[in-house]
Amino acid sequence: MGVTVLLPQVLQADAGGAARIDILLGAPLDQAVQPPDGAAPAVTVRTVLDELARRHPGLDRRVRDERGRLRRYVNVFVDSDECRALQGLDTAVPDGAEVRILPSVAGG
Amino acid sequence: MTYLLVIGTRKGLFTATATGDDRRRWELRGPHRLDKEDYANMAGVYAVGIDPRSRRILVGAESSHFGPSVWYSDDLGGTWHEPPHAPIAFPDDVDAGFTRVWQFAFGDEPGTVYAGVEPHALFRSTDGGQSFELVRPLWDHPHRAEWFPGAGGGAIHTVLPGRVTAEGTDPAAMTVAMSTGGVYQTRDNGATWNPAGRGISAVFLPEQFPEYGQCVHKVAIGADGVFYAQNHHGVYRSPDPAAGWTSIAQGLPSDFGFNFLAHPHRPGVGYVFPVISQECHLPPGDHLQVHRTDDAGESWHPDDKGLPQERYYGIVLRDGACTDGAADPGFYFGTRSGDVFATTDSAEEWSLVAAHLPDVLCVRAVEV
Repeated sequence: MGVTVLLPQVLQADAGGAARIDILLGAPLDQAVQPPDGAAPAVTVRTVLDELARRHPGLDRRVRDERGRLRRYVNVFVDSDECRALQGLDTAVPDGAEVRILPSVAGG
Repeated sequence: MTYLLVIGTRKGLFTATATGDDRRRWELRGPHRLDKEDYANMAGVYAVGIDPRSRRILVGAESSHFGPSVWYSDDLGGTWHEPPHAPIAFPDDVDAGFTRVWQFAFGDEPGTVYAGVEPHALFRSTDGGQSFELVRPLWDHPHRAEWFPGAGGGAIHTVLPGRVTAEGTDPAAMTVAMSTGGVYQTRDNGATWNPAGRGISAVFLPEQFPEYGQCVHKVAIGADGVFYAQNHHGVYRSPDPAAGWTSIAQGLPSDFGFNFLAHPHRPGVGYVFPVISQECHLPPGDHLQVHRTDDAGESWHPDDKGLPQERYYGIVLRDGACTDGAADPGFYFGTRSGDVFATTDSAEEWSLVAAHLPDVLCVRAVEV
């Protein structure tokens, strides 16, 4: 399966200047999201961020802390849904989805 | 001589340079571009350290969106670098996330840097601040469960390596202070830590003078090795914190404040920056006040010549004052109103370094 990660301009320098990163993951979509044994979905927001971290560790620490927790004011959308409104980092990511990382309404 | 003043603010890093020993005319630069992207450049700079040997400047900055990190400059602020890995991170077996650096301090060995951080922890670097390791014995201290965050967060914000004794400086000793938690000392290079706050009050605890648990806002060491503390209510002195502290708040307009600035060469000389209370953090009488002692806190006198005489509401935070340590030392402080002032030991008044900056969180100065 494949997903596309979209980065805000402010994080692109940490990804070698890329605005979008195409990620191919090994598991077929139907097995990945709903394994036959009922275990947690294998391809999730966490899976995608782990692969992103493997490629760009400097980018990952802007998005997650050392425990792997999403930073409070960073939002990750799976297509149009922010992952915290679903299952957080365990949110399933469908084949062909866009995973968009955005700074939230914060700061000042 | 030339003097460099590094100013950490709520919205980025500034530097000021003075060429002239009176340190009255400053050229301000900033906010500095710490990173390629703007989020780091506008981040809150809570800690600055200048290595006394290498002159490397370390900056602990924190983006509200993208978290904390450490940047460094080896050319006095001309260019900035961030290590490719996270410079400070809790190890995998510790369920904690690094929030921010509150203070850098430099050890006896070249390249040794300590970082007091939030949550309450001490990290040590032996490579000049590019990578840090958690000081486990303090993290694993059995008192940890009783330390809790004050209004500013739960952090180790005072780190004082070494201890001056009659026999000389003891490099295996270190004193830390935290909010809340109190004062702790090690005499064996960090292997064991003991509370050293007896005599300091804790107005928020049932026991007014506990062994530990106080909200000690700042500890400083005088030129003769005597310790001074500005507490969450209370100003104290101790020749040996392990043996207890004595109040020296008599004569001040308020015993509350965040900072104590000790003279680097003259024993018994120091500054405090009073704040009226824990409920309302404003200068007493709505007037920017600095008070100085020349007799180790036995008496205090206002030292505000040259400071604004109109109503003023900015206070001086925990790391918002420093000395450059020069032979004729310069003293500096910044306020939450974004003004930075300087004086020297030989000057008779304060002068303005910079005005209308974002809230000043920390200052560090050095003769270069």
